[in-house]
Amino acid sequence: MMGWTTLLLALREIRRNLMRSFLTVLGIVIGVAAVVTMVTLGNGATQSVSDQISSLGSNLLMLRPGQRMGPGSSSGAPNFKAEDAEAIKTQVGSLKAVAPTVSRTSVVVVGTKNWATSITGSNSDYFTSGNWTLEDGRYFSATEERAGKAVCVIGATVRKELFESHSPVGDTLRIKQFSCEVIGVLAAKGQSAMGRDQDDTVVMPLRTVQRRLTGKQDVTTILISMQDGASTEQVTNQLTVLMRERRKLSDNEEDNFSIRDTKEIAQTLSGAIGTMTALLGAVAAVSLLVGGIGIMNIMLVSVTERTREIGIRLAIGAMEKEVLMQFLTEAVVLSAFGGLVGLLLAAIACYGLASMLSLPFLFSPSINLLAFGFSAAIGVIFGYVPARRAAQLDPIEALRHE
Amino acid sequence: MNDAATTVEPDVLIRLSGITKTYGNGPAAFQALRGIDLSVREGEFVAIMGPSGSGKSTAMNILGCLDTPTSGEYVFDGVHVEHLSRDQRALLRRNYLGFVFQGFNLLARTTAQENVELPLLYRGENTEARHRIGMEALRSVGLAEWAHHTSSELSGGQQQRVAIARAIVTNPKVLLADEPTGNLDSKRGHEIMELLVSMNRDHGITILMVTHEHDIAAYAKRIVHFVDGQIAHDNENGGAP
Ligand SMILES: Nc1ncnc2c1ncn2[C@@H]1O[C@H](COP(=O)(O)OP(=O)(O)OP(=O)(O)O)[C@@H](O)[C@H]1O
Ligand SMILES: [Mg+2]
Repeated sequence: MMGWTTLLLALREIRRNLMRSFLTVLGIVIGVAAVVTMVTLGNGATQSVSDQISSLGSNLLMLRPGQRMGPGSSSGAPNFKAEDAEAIKTQVGSLKAVAPTVSRTSVVVVGTKNWATSITGSNSDYFTSGNWTLEDGRYFSATEERAGKAVCVIGATVRKELFESHSPVGDTLRIKQFSCEVIGVLAAKGQSAMGRDQDDTVVMPLRTVQRRLTGKQDVTTILISMQDGASTEQVTNQLTVLMRERRKLSDNEEDNFSIRDTKEIAQTLSGAIGTMTALLGAVAAVSLLVGGIGIMNIMLVSVTERTREIGIRLAIGAMEKEVLMQFLTEAVVLSAFGGLVGLLLAAIACYGLASMLSLPFLFSPSINLLAFGFSAAIGVIFGYVPARRAAQLDPIEALRHE
Repeated sequence: MNDAATTVEPDVLIRLSGITKTYGNGPAAFQALRGIDLSVREGEFVAIMGPSGSGKSTAMNILGCLDTPTSGEYVFDGVHVEHLSRDQRALLRRNYLGFVFQGFNLLARTTAQENVELPLLYRGENTEARHRIGMEALRSVGLAEWAHHTSSELSGGQQQRVAIARAIVTNPKVLLADEPTGNLDSKRGHEIMELLVSMNRDHGITILMVTHEHDIAAYAKRIVHFVDGQIAHDNENGGAP
């Protein structure tokens, strides 16, 4: 019998048993789509974190009061002062930038629009340490910093929310009871590794924020950017010695500040995302397996009917190998079709979800191939093995099958 | 006629000698056939009768190469069937035998036409030939208008006629029918018998048929009686009633 006839027979059987065929295909489609979507999105998330690690700029240290991780100071450890940053700049070697910062959330008003955003006070080193670039205007000058002038540099999100398409440079915005001139607009950086919108920000001279918003001389975080090739360990040690001295800690007291390497944080985070991806992948693999078991079930349920069908075919003169080829073709066609639909669905889902979660869409040929191969294997094995058992019977036994 | 098996006759198409069939093994073994000798010449119309459990179906399945005997010789048209491989027996069924089952055994959700064309498909006939020969067979059983109906839309008698059409569509040498009228009322039964008689008369197809009913057996020219897995007697019949 020619291959063409076999294909014809197989297609006829598929059409004749639409419900069974549909359920088989469905199991494969769901399994494949789930695995591919999960793994692709997971890869995207990992990729986006590693992108952010490089955008952080190398060698950024964060000096914060207190010992604990997380935002804010804990256990009443005193904040820093601007002088601490000055001391670091002059006494610790191999540094590129030292930016004392203090942040507040506040509503910013322009005309009739208002927007709640994070206001950060710092010096111009802040832009160096954060790897910021200007899209428009300029950063503030040393004079403006010293004088505590009401000038600000705004992030892309704030610009988008408060200004029309025209350049906001030279315009003023109002924060609480004071107004402030926009002198620059930052180029967009996107989300941070923690999922925060980094462009939702307004940066002013440190003194301006201290005077007009916080009313205190405190600095909550000092960002320290090291020169390329500097030893993180050496700088950390020097910083620790300096800060212990400045904070007057005796030898038996613990540090009441912490130095964190932001790169390390990001790497920890990307490790966590990798674990999540593996976990999601595992969940999806289980769904692929469940899909496989569904297929197996459908095949087993129909095995009585199929065994009789095989008996009939054998009785009217079909050879074992012809019957097997038909069943194999049927299984391959269904599995391949289901697999392809699954891949297509996964591509659509990944594309949609990736843009929704603003993750990069990384097409991975290996996971597509793997999921497709696995589902096809399930379909073929469970479609073919029961048929083979039946085709090896004497026709009369197959016909008698209850 | 009983000693026909021992003498070599030129037109003998089927010869069984010493056929036995044992089901199961050990103490549960059951011997359904205990040495069957039977010769059938080309063009004969033979009815097989006998009490339930006497081994009629077992013998028919062996004759139809659907089942293999435990021992004994089966010569079909000069070929020793017991020496053939599975595939060779499949080809024998495909090219020379037609089988009609008591339970019809049509493919589910499949039209009469597709059922009838199936044996032609395995013979590698092209689409045009399949349609032509298939429709011809359906016409000969009087079901041309029902070609596109599936089995579930046909009555028992119609289904049996489809099964007969499927059995004769390849123009076999032998038609084997195991209780072809067993599931039909007597009017439909006689219609089927008329059909078989004309197949035998007009196309020269050799027919072996199992039946429980005397008036059905009366259509045959020869009646073989089975009792306890053996042939009790084997008589010429007067002819159709
Ligand atoms: N697959 C089988 N396994 C075990 N025993 C079987 C099997 N098939 C048939 N038999 C036994 O073999 C004997 C002959 O069975 P067979 O079906 O040939 O009888 P039969 O003459 O066709 O009867 P009926 O008129 O009821 O159809 C019976 O006793 C039956 O129980
Ligand atoms: Mg029987």
